[in-house]
Amino acid sequence: MKNNSADMVFEGLLRIADDNLILGHRTSEWCGHAPTLEEDLALPNIALDLIGHAQTLYCLACEIDSRYKNEDQLAFLRLEHEYKNLLLVEQENGDFGNTVLRLFYFSTFMKYFWERVKIKCCFKKLKEFSEKAFLETSYHSKYASQWVVTLGDGTDESNLKMSNAIANLEPFLGELFNNDDFTEMCSQNDFLPEPRSIFDSWKNEVEAILQKGNLDFPAIILKKRGGRKGEHSEAFGYLLSDLQYMQRAYPNSSW
Amino acid sequence: MAKEHKEKIASLEAFQEKIDRDEKIEPKDSMPETYRKTLIRQIGQHAHSEVVGMLPEGNWITRAPTLRRKLSLLAKVQDEAGHGLYLYCAAETLGKSRMEMTQELLSGKAKYSSIFNYPTPTWADIGAIGWLVDGAAIMNQIPLCRCSYGPYARAMIRICKEESFHQRQGYEIMLTLAKGTAEQKEMAQRALNRWWWPSVMMFGPNDANSPNTEKSVKWKIKRYTNDELRQKFVDAIVPQAEKIGLVVPDKDLKWDKKRNNGQGGYAYGEIDWDEFWRVVRGDGPMNNERISAKQKAWNEGSWVRAAAHAHALKKQTALQAAE
Repeated sequence: MKNNSADMVFEGLLRIADDNLILGHRTSEWCGHAPTLEEDLALPNIALDLIGHAQTLYCLACEIDSRYKNEDQLAFLRLEHEYKNLLLVEQENGDFGNTVLRLFYFSTFMKYFWERVKIKCCFKKLKEFSEKAFLETSYHSKYASQWVVTLGDGTDESNLKMSNAIANLEPFLGELFNNDDFTEMCSQNDFLPEPRSIFDSWKNEVEAILQKGNLDFPAIILKKRGGRKGEHSEAFGYLLSDLQYMQRAYPNSSW
Repeated sequence: MAKEHKEKIASLEAFQEKIDRDEKIEPKDSMPETYRKTLIRQIGQHAHSEVVGMLPEGNWITRAPTLRRKLSLLAKVQDEAGHGLYLYCAAETLGKSRMEMTQELLSGKAKYSSIFNYPTPTWADIGAIGWLVDGAAIMNQIPLCRCSYGPYARAMIRICKEESFHQRQGYEIMLTLAKGTAEQKEMAQRALNRWWWPSVMMFGPNDANSPNTEKSVKWKIKRYTNDELRQKFVDAIVPQAEKIGLVVPDKDLKWDKKRNNGQGGYAYGEIDWDEFWRVVRGDGPMNNERISAKQKAWNEGSWVRAAAHAHALKKQTALQAAE
């Protein structure tokens, strides 16, 4: 692989890995605090998948850039602006409804993302990984969609809470589908699909599920962005201080 | 009256004979009320312990030092939720609902293992819990795979397999810390100091002060007494600590060749039973925090459960209307 294409693959892997790590981190915060024991089992299980995906992708990134000797160096020892995750995934969990709605948005997006990588990707190892990632994100999307319908349809109170969650997450949806020079280069090189190309499939599915839950599809007018360039929200620093605590407090140790 | 009394004695004798033949008691079989109540209490407490036990370990998921450790801790805590589910189901076969048991946990009426009322201030506590607390749990639970009550015995077979994996994982965390930097080794030693005595106490009061033991042994709910299990635990753990260069915090610990019917075992120091009873009665370092966390989760989740219930009813009504 040529140098510039190595840079492209490294950056591309990092974006997806960071999304998965950070959403996995947020999801894992529910452990022991969920509304039912079944959800106490399901949410850590999903966090396990998400962080597992991040681990695989960081390992692939390390093979490409020899500055990083292992996956933990990427996961734990970068500075805030070096994380390239979406603002959507770093926001605090909010209530259970907000949590499952975000999971539904993200995993439905990733399901179509991996489906496209499965069909076409110049990086063979990622293409192979996409088989498993597609199955797991499809399951996450299904799990979350069931809760979105249940909570939307359930009671007046739960419907209101879900409407609030839709409004709360709306400003972060634009970034999910934002094309930039980088995503265009990835697409031209048959490496990764353009985010915007996923929008129609995503919208059809999300709209149908929201409708089942008597909820309205958001207008997506406000478009906060910055995560992909390393510009994060205030909540992110606190997340990193938890995530990085051990590696920062006890540098150069084996665990 | 005399006839009824005789019938009762006869059915108790028949029950005991069945137990003595090592036949399993199944949910629909007749059983003495005390047997049923003892099991509901024991299985319920066990289920609550799994669920409350998720909190001290869950405390370190977001701060685990590497991705590998984070993933195994997540998997472990998830296993515990699964154990809680199996056990509530096993207790339900005896006629008490999960909802009732949950209410008793949240109101403080039902007990769970006191060990989870101790805090996990450092990463090494995660190693110590796996090694010692899961280690002690296995000592208790392996004999339960042969418990006379079928559903409990069968649940324990799977649970024990997972617990023994957790124990090895915990010991491996401690081994890594003990081999690490001076700071890491000190972290491991401090965690061992914190968890040793509470783990030794996990087996419950001395046999002389454990009035229910005799009946539980007779009914094969328990196969060994508290002190027998405690001795097995100490004998297993002391050499493991020595192997990784950590010191068990008991100055009275010494080899005693008379223990275990002359085969030898470790004599250990006096247990602080005042502390044990204090924590059981609610005055431990984290009793309030653990129950408050469960109450908070339950209360904040009430709208979710109400919505799930309402949605299920609507679906059912729609289905009936369509028929």
